[in-house]
Formats: sequence, C-alpha cells, structure tokens
Amino acid sequence: MLDHIGGAVQARAKGVPARLPGPTAPVREPVAPVVTQSTRIHRHSGAIMTYLLVIGTRKGLFTATSDDRRRWELRGPHRLDTEDYANMAGVYAVGIDPRSRRILVGAESSHFGPSVWFSDDLGGTWHEPPHAPIAFPDDVEDSLTRVWQFAFGDEPGTVYAGVEPHALFRSTDGGQSFELVRPLWDHPHRTEWFPGAGGGAIHTVLPGRVTAAGTDPAAMTVAMSTGGVYQTRDNGATWAPASQGISAVFLPEEFPEYGQCVHKVAVGADGVFYAQNHHGVYRSPDPAAGWTSIAEGLPSDFGFNFLAHPHRPGVGYVFPVISQECHLPPGDHLQVHRTDDAGESWQPDDKGLPQEPYYGIVLRDGTCTDAAADPGFYFGTRSGDVFATTDSTEEWSLVAAHLPDVLCVRAVEV
Amino acid sequence: MGVTVLLPQVLQAHAGGAARIDILLGAPLDQAAPPLDGAAPAVTVRSVLDELARRHPGLDRRVRDEQGRLRRYVNVFVDSDECRALDGLDTAVPDGAEVRILPSVAGG
Repeated sequence: MLDHIGGAVQARAKGVPARLPGPTAPVREPVAPVVTQSTRIHRHSGAIMTYLLVIGTRKGLFTATSDDRRRWELRGPHRLDTEDYANMAGVYAVGIDPRSRRILVGAESSHFGPSVWFSDDLGGTWHEPPHAPIAFPDDVEDSLTRVWQFAFGDEPGTVYAGVEPHALFRSTDGGQSFELVRPLWDHPHRTEWFPGAGGGAIHTVLPGRVTAAGTDPAAMTVAMSTGGVYQTRDNGATWAPASQGISAVFLPEEFPEYGQCVHKVAVGADGVFYAQNHHGVYRSPDPAAGWTSIAEGLPSDFGFNFLAHPHRPGVGYVFPVISQECHLPPGDHLQVHRTDDAGESWQPDDKGLPQEPYYGIVLRDGTCTDAAADPGFYFGTRSGDVFATTDSTEEWSLVAAHLPDVLCVRAVEV
Repeated sequence: MGVTVLLPQVLQAHAGGAARIDILLGAPLDQAAPPLDGAAPAVTVRSVLDELARRHPGLDRRVRDEQGRLRRYVNVFVDSDECRALDGLDTAVPDGAEVRILPSVAGG
C-alpha cells in the first residue's frame, strides 16, 4: 500500500546535457556537433535544436523541434513499439521529467490496451517496461483504461500518473513501475465520482501545492471529471474535497461540496489556482476555502483548459467552447482569450490564428508552456493543428497542420 | 492434452516471433486422475491463456487486462467459434484444438 507522495518541482528542465533525438525512420548516422552551447543540442541532421514539442494525438505521437519557435521540423508518428500497433494508439498523456528529460508517453491501443513508453534520448528511441507499468492490484475489480496525466515530484524518479478510472498512481523509478495511491482510491466519495463524456479520470495532478502561500512536499492537489478538486496535506494519507464555489450544472445542487466536472486546474506563477470547469472559470488562492468566478468577459464559460503563464502572476489563457451541448468554438472561430489580471478581464488573443471558420476545439491537455525565460505557449486542436507563440512575439504561428486530433502537448527547452 | 495457439502477426514479437505455440496442459485425458467430484479436469480458454501468460507475460497484457478479462477488441477463437459466443474464458478447449487470437474489426 502506498500512502505518501512527494513535492513539486519546476516544469522546466535546466542544465542537463541532452542527447540527440534520433529520427523515427530511417536511421542515419549522427554528425559530429560543430557548436556546443549549454542549452542547445545537435540533431542527426546537424541542425541546432533548442525547443522540443511533444504532441500526443488520437493516432500516434509526433514531435516538433525548433531553434526559434517559428520554424519547426515535424516527426512522426513515432515508432513506439516494434510491432507497430502502438504507433497508431491514442496518446492521451505526455510527461517530460524536468531532471532526467525522460519522456513518458501514456498510450492506449483500442485493441491491445494501455501502456507507458519512455524515451531517454528525447524521442530517438522508445522502450516499454516488460511488466505492465500501471496496473490495478488484484483486490481491485477495475483495470486501467488509460493514463491521463503525468506529473513529477520533488524526489528524483518520482512520477505521478492520473488515470482512468479515477485513480492516482506513484512511481519512484522514473515511471517504469507505478503503485496505486490507495487512500484516494479508497475515498468514500469515489462511488459518487462518475465518468463524463471523456471518461472518469484524474486528469490534473499538482504535486507540492494546496494553496498560493507556498509549497509543501507533503501536499498535492488533484482534479477529476467528475468528482472535482481534492487535496492532501499529509503525504496522501487523507484527501479532502476543495471545490466549494464551483458549479455543477448537471447536479440538483448547483454548488455541491464535491462532484463537479472540473476540466483542468492550473497553478499561476504566484501559486494561485485557476480552474476551467464544465461551465465556469474560477480562481482561488486557497481551494479548500473556495473558488471565485472569473468567467465574466469571456464568450463562453465552457472549455477544457487553462494555461497559466510560468513567470507572470495573473497571466493565463483559456480556449472557450460554446457549451456542454455544443463542443465547438464560439462563432465557429478558433479563439484564445488571455487575462493579465488574474481573470478580472479578458482579451481575445488570436493574432496569427485562422480567421476562416474553424471547428476544432482544444482539449484539456492540449496546451502547454516550455517555461523558458521568454516562455513559449502551445496548443493543439481536434482539427490536428498546433500553434505556438512566445511572450516576445505575441503572435501565434503554425507548428504543424492536419495531424490527427491533438490530445496533449508538452514542450521543453533543451 | 495439447492445443495450438495461433498468434496474429502484430503480437508475434511478444512470443519471440512465433506464429504458433504448441502447449501441453495437464495429463492426457485418458490418464488423468479423476477429481474428487468425478468431473473431468477442464482445459479452458482461461487456462490456455494462463499458460501463455506464464511463458510470455508481455503477450498476455495485450490480450487480457490486469484483472484477467479479455480485452474488448481481441477475439479468441476455439477452432471456428469465438469464445464469447460460447462460455467466454470458461469455454472448454478440446484436445488438439486450435486457439486463435485475432484483433477484432474495430477502430477508425
């Protein structure tokens, strides 16, 4: 039984010498590096790569590399397994370990089930543990449907996986084997958590933080659809709901203690929590004390994602969707809205985005930041397009188009 | 008794590249000691898959989930019959039968 968890680390990988990501196919001999800088590496082609964007889609894993975040080289679908069936699997979760730069990929083959693959060379080669990396114990009737989220703890090698059905797993070996965090699985509320349209899962895992006041290695916040936000302050031994003030339009009680369909929770640069809910956008410096609506000024309060600025407090992005009945962008227009004042006001931020009618929405893990000093922001859509911008460019540009549905993106400066 | 397990190409790497695996389960029927209740010892799809899992655990993960349930879009035929149309994993497997594992028609 596992009843303890660890603390948070920064999302950005720093100062770790990186290997070159090899091609998916064919393999070519690497060329000798001609320039060496601490934050740059050389790919097999000899080009300089500064940023790696990992893209999980409904049909396979792609990567894009760039040294300026405007021109990207796309690769994929990556060959995760020699049998080639996982290459077309749905990639619902990607994690990049900020210390080791190991890339973890949670993929689900509709035929042959879920598993976790990893790469220690930035996507050049992929490996799957010989045993099932994540499996429910024998005394549990449920079995793993898919991984929804990876998060990394303070201790090297500590990885958390939020999965479907609603469960949290923990690894201490870098993501090769996981153990169920039992107290959350045994929570008396669990029988009242039920699946939304996307499945019942813990999709947000935020180690080390339960308030804006500071970090604590014994603390963690998770969010689930449905179920809401839960927090532990004692290494995972006990968990309490932290969803007061968040609406549940699908329940008789509009503001229940728990049971909400929270779609994503993010933490701002100052530690303040933000939530994009199944109708409703919220802010809280202390989720256990309640949440405040910040949806006013948005074209819709429905959506799946909140992307927080890694350095500037109060700055974040949402990606509105019409409603729970209509999962399309408002006005048939791909929209990003940005706040610079913690949700007190919102501004459209769509410079560079398609102006023609657009029908692809952004899913709950379809956005990320590379957390660089001049941070890059990324999002992908169900129409298979991926866009990027940076603080300094303030204009979205296309990274890749016409991919399968984008389910998740993660980026790192290397 | 013996059965032959036939694997689709996509799963053969998990069995060292083998397309067919011959396995012996228990004693030959005519030599088997009758159990106390008088019933014949049963060889079932489950026991065949259990033996397959013992030899190739990575293969079993593709066919069954961690609770031993057949994955939804994996079919197991005993000779010409898909086991779900019979008794599922409890389907009896006769001596000399072919147990064929196939991905179902699914996906998009």
